[in-house]
Amino acid sequence: MTDLTTLEADVLAQVAAAGDLTALDAVRVAALGKTGSISGLLKTLGAMSPDERKERGAAINLLRDRVQTALNEKKAALESAALDARLASETLDLTLPAPYRRKGSVHPTMQVMDEMIAIFAEMGFAVAEGPDIEDDFHNFTALNFPPKHPAREMHDTFFFNQKEDGGRMLLRTHTSPVQVRTMVSQKPPIRIIAPGRTYRCDSDATHTPMFHQVEGLVIDKGIHMGHLKWTLETFIARFFETDAVTTQFRPHHFPFTEPSAEMDVQCDRSGGEIKIGQGTSWLEILGCGMVHPNVLRACGIDPDEYQGFAFGMGVDRLGMLKYGMPDLRDMFASDGRWLSHYGFSAFAAPNPASGLS
Amino acid sequence: MKFTLSWLKDHLDTEASATDVVAAMTMAGLEVEHVTDPASKLAAFTVAKIVEAVQHPNADRLRVCQVDTVDGRKEIVCGAPNARPGLTTIYAPIGAYVPGLGVTLVEKPVRGVVSNGMLCSGSELEADDGSEGILELPDDLAVGTPAAVALGLEAVIDFEVTPNRPDWLGVAGIARDLAAAGVGTLKDLSIAPVPGTFPCPIAVKVDGDACPVFSGRLIKGVKNGPSPKWLQDRLKAIGINPKSALVDITNFISYDRARPLHVYDAALLVGTTIQARLGHHGVHGDEHLIALDGKTYELTPEMCVIADADGERPVGIGGVMGGESTGCSEATVDVFVESAWFDPIRTAQTGRTTGINSDAQYRFARTVDTGSVVPGLELATKLILELCGGEASEIVVAGQAPAAPGPILFDPAYVQGLSGLAIAPERTLKILTDLGFAIEPPKDVPASAFVTDEAALVCVTPPTFRRDVEGKADLVEEVARIAGYGALPSTPLPEVPRAVGGVLTARQARARTARRALAAAGYAEAITWSFTNQKTAALFGGGAPELVLANPIASELDCMRPSILPNLIEAAGRNARQGFPDVALFEVGPVFHGDRPQDQKTTIAAILAPHAPRSWDKAPAENVFTVKADLVALLEEIGAPVASLQTAQGSASSWWHPGRSARLQLGPKAVLAEFGEIHPAVLKALDVAGPVYGFEITLEAVPEPKKKAVKTKPAFTPSPLMPLTRDFAFLADKAKAAGDLVKAAAGADKALIAAARVFDVYEGPGVPDGQKSIALEVVVQPREKTLTDAEIEALSAKIVAAVEKAGGKLRG
Repeated sequence: MTDLTTLEADVLAQVAAAGDLTALDAVRVAALGKTGSISGLLKTLGAMSPDERKERGAAINLLRDRVQTALNEKKAALESAALDARLASETLDLTLPAPYRRKGSVHPTMQVMDEMIAIFAEMGFAVAEGPDIEDDFHNFTALNFPPKHPAREMHDTFFFNQKEDGGRMLLRTHTSPVQVRTMVSQKPPIRIIAPGRTYRCDSDATHTPMFHQVEGLVIDKGIHMGHLKWTLETFIARFFETDAVTTQFRPHHFPFTEPSAEMDVQCDRSGGEIKIGQGTSWLEILGCGMVHPNVLRACGIDPDEYQGFAFGMGVDRLGMLKYGMPDLRDMFASDGRWLSHYGFSAFAAPNPASGLS
Repeated sequence: MKFTLSWLKDHLDTEASATDVVAAMTMAGLEVEHVTDPASKLAAFTVAKIVEAVQHPNADRLRVCQVDTVDGRKEIVCGAPNARPGLTTIYAPIGAYVPGLGVTLVEKPVRGVVSNGMLCSGSELEADDGSEGILELPDDLAVGTPAAVALGLEAVIDFEVTPNRPDWLGVAGIARDLAAAGVGTLKDLSIAPVPGTFPCPIAVKVDGDACPVFSGRLIKGVKNGPSPKWLQDRLKAIGINPKSALVDITNFISYDRARPLHVYDAALLVGTTIQARLGHHGVHGDEHLIALDGKTYELTPEMCVIADADGERPVGIGGVMGGESTGCSEATVDVFVESAWFDPIRTAQTGRTTGINSDAQYRFARTVDTGSVVPGLELATKLILELCGGEASEIVVAGQAPAAPGPILFDPAYVQGLSGLAIAPERTLKILTDLGFAIEPPKDVPASAFVTDEAALVCVTPPTFRRDVEGKADLVEEVARIAGYGALPSTPLPEVPRAVGGVLTARQARARTARRALAAAGYAEAITWSFTNQKTAALFGGGAPELVLANPIASELDCMRPSILPNLIEAAGRNARQGFPDVALFEVGPVFHGDRPQDQKTTIAAILAPHAPRSWDKAPAENVFTVKADLVALLEEIGAPVASLQTAQGSASSWWHPGRSARLQLGPKAVLAEFGEIHPAVLKALDVAGPVYGFEITLEAVPEPKKKAVKTKPAFTPSPLMPLTRDFAFLADKAKAAGDLVKAAAGADKALIAAARVFDVYEGPGVPDGQKSIALEVVVQPREKTLTDAEIEALSAKIVAAVEKAGGKLRG
């Protein structure tokens, strides 16, 4: 049996010495291949007596198994070492920057517009729109601005040039023409908001020639100022996302509403910035009132049958109050740094489940 | 409009403080802008008496005074030449802040003598009396009297008058509202007539619609000079410089009763008739007037002109300003007083044309009380006779004041019906009466009015100074604002059925989706002006005359924009000039192709000026395909039929690079979007460095998906069979659009071919000159059974044939 012992020791030594998979395979072929040393031994079994074969065969098979096991183990070890070496060679410096990706944003005015639409949608308001270039009837006359009345001048209207027929178009000074268009084309009950761009020929720290308004209109039987008050109180609390907000109504004058009011919100102005929901100052935030009978009549609605309210607010301005943008003019300057600082995530769409922003 | 508390108290019996008055005004609808209260500024300053004043030992021009003050006797060093024993003046203690000097007093020696306070001049208290030296006050003032009291300074309330309330342009009108609101009791505002003792020697005449009513009277033998102190104080407190008694009286009545008047020196009038007429183009050109402000104004036929000399010589612009030639002076002996009513619209226009914004113009433009023509004249007469003496003629009146407002049939329950305020009918009628409205039983009852109880109906007639009140809604406002908006109930809106599927229209919803999608894709949303300048508009296909503003805020913003792109490109330029050239901006907003409503479209525009940070891994630069990818992804997101869109290259508008731009369209008349690289010449005109890539989608051109009755999606039917791919390479002319070959390949067998994609484009060795090689990968999705080799061969042949027909030759 010593020949087997010697052979085994010899083969196992070769297995152990194999430095790579190729060398190991050569060892395998030399031992277990068709003409390998152990295969050769197995071939000699046929010429043996049964007893001898039984004893000798078992020994050779065991030898073959042990060598196979050693080969397998060595192969696994070599493969593992090779993988380690490959992975080591594949190391990347992960402190290097990933490919550049720009971060986009939603403009705060549009975010605020979406917030307002979300709140009013919950109260059953639809969204109405109309053209920015308007005529005198829709922007003024139908809204009870008598021709040449001083109230018209207060609107700092942008005009286009006079046409041959004497008329001239203008840029709407409020989104109220949308209310007119809605009342003319739709029978009460009406419950809409009209968001959009508006224009006044005015430019300073708190005025820009273009700004955004959301106006609201409710026309039905039996609608009174109490409904207006509830609607706006509810809106303001939801918009500023606080129950602590206190508001007051003050009489005011608008040609298109009667009675008319302005709504103030309580705020703190002490620290140079305005904080809503605290303090002792009042800040005017919107105008409103009961739709003037002359306006209803101009739109073909009988003021003895239907009545309702309207309100209008500056979207940019309310956005500035809520989110702390200090200067209206920046809203329209398209400065990339400002947009990224005050802008909102694409995924911050206001909804009743997660809140407004 | 400004007034003082003491002036208010001429008409209102009240104990209310300035703070109370301001609060009541605010809640009654008078928006107070600010209150200047000298008492708070001068709180530390009090009356003192100089007991002794001796020469300072070390300074010629200084005196050392012993002064009796509110703090006892003090030694005070004073440099004023009028510091003398017995003088009553104002003392400031150490620690007081002196507003006129802007310093706080500290105890320190003046040339070796410690001064324990300061004696003050008018200017140091910001109450300049125009004199040198320290204040000289009446001796009867007690030591310790507050300076504001001693100087007669009081709080001035400045408030905004809404255009509907011209009666608030007089202090009496404010008093009336405050009395109704419970702040005090209104004193008698009635004016007793002053009978004339002789016929007026000057006749008045009105012509046409220049001036509905014109009245006047002569007061002869007056002595015009400085007005008395009370009158000067009233005017000075609200910032009006006293001139002479006659002029001060007219100014006083203007602010006291919102009743403008004018006084003429009768000796300077020519002829015996004063006429109010329209201006006319004379044979020698337009009329002119040198007005009281010394400026010359051209008088147009749209203006009301006051003329003497039988209507020949202009002596005033009616309701706006008098003429210099007939103005009153200290020498005036006979004065003609005018009280008229000028048309608000004409007066407003004249104000605009002349640029004159006088107190009279301001009031007439807002409608002066039509009932005040003669009473105003009587009040002026009374004051002139009191202050200047003289003898008044009878009154002459020409024309007729506009009719007084008519009665309004009113059910007091309408107050609650419109405002929600529960107010007893008696309270309603009391408020209206307090405000000067007349209440009478109803005469006849029209059927359509809001009536809950016929027995409660009343006729309410507005006073002549409340021509803004036209109907019952106005009456409700009167009652509600006096009762107080604080009492308005908060009533939830009735629930209405919610619109199924949300409140936004498909277009609105798409704009909103686009906004969020582009922000997610890395673009920052901007909002730019709806205007641009006409030149730039022309570069982008706009600039039509009907879209040019007549009164732009700046010449750079004189035209409605035909596209959002120029504004975004200019924004990119501004960012680059500030050192931030990497810009990806978008805007969703209006563009204008005409001035009719249907000419306004909503577009979604985006631009990319790529200046990404340099990359260590040599990533390919962003290019026009970057915006193409973003555009197509966006169109897909908003539900555009992306699969049916044609890319029409070479047909995009002139502001694009002609070789690097295209339209995405369903057909030549259904263009959804344009994209590409902005034309370098356009960038140059806008002074912006390129390249800039961009796209603009016209939202209205994106067809709305068909409305479906149910929300279910079509069934999911994946093929159980493996897809396979086959690659082809075709040779085509260099100018051939790859898209044509792709379309041909994909269309070779619509049932089996799931996709065809370009994976390589090659020009160079091995490809003939003027040609390119386009490699396509075609994905085949067997539907019913696995394809046999023969079937695949047949399909390949079909593909090759289709592409060859489209201009591509299989590469050998």
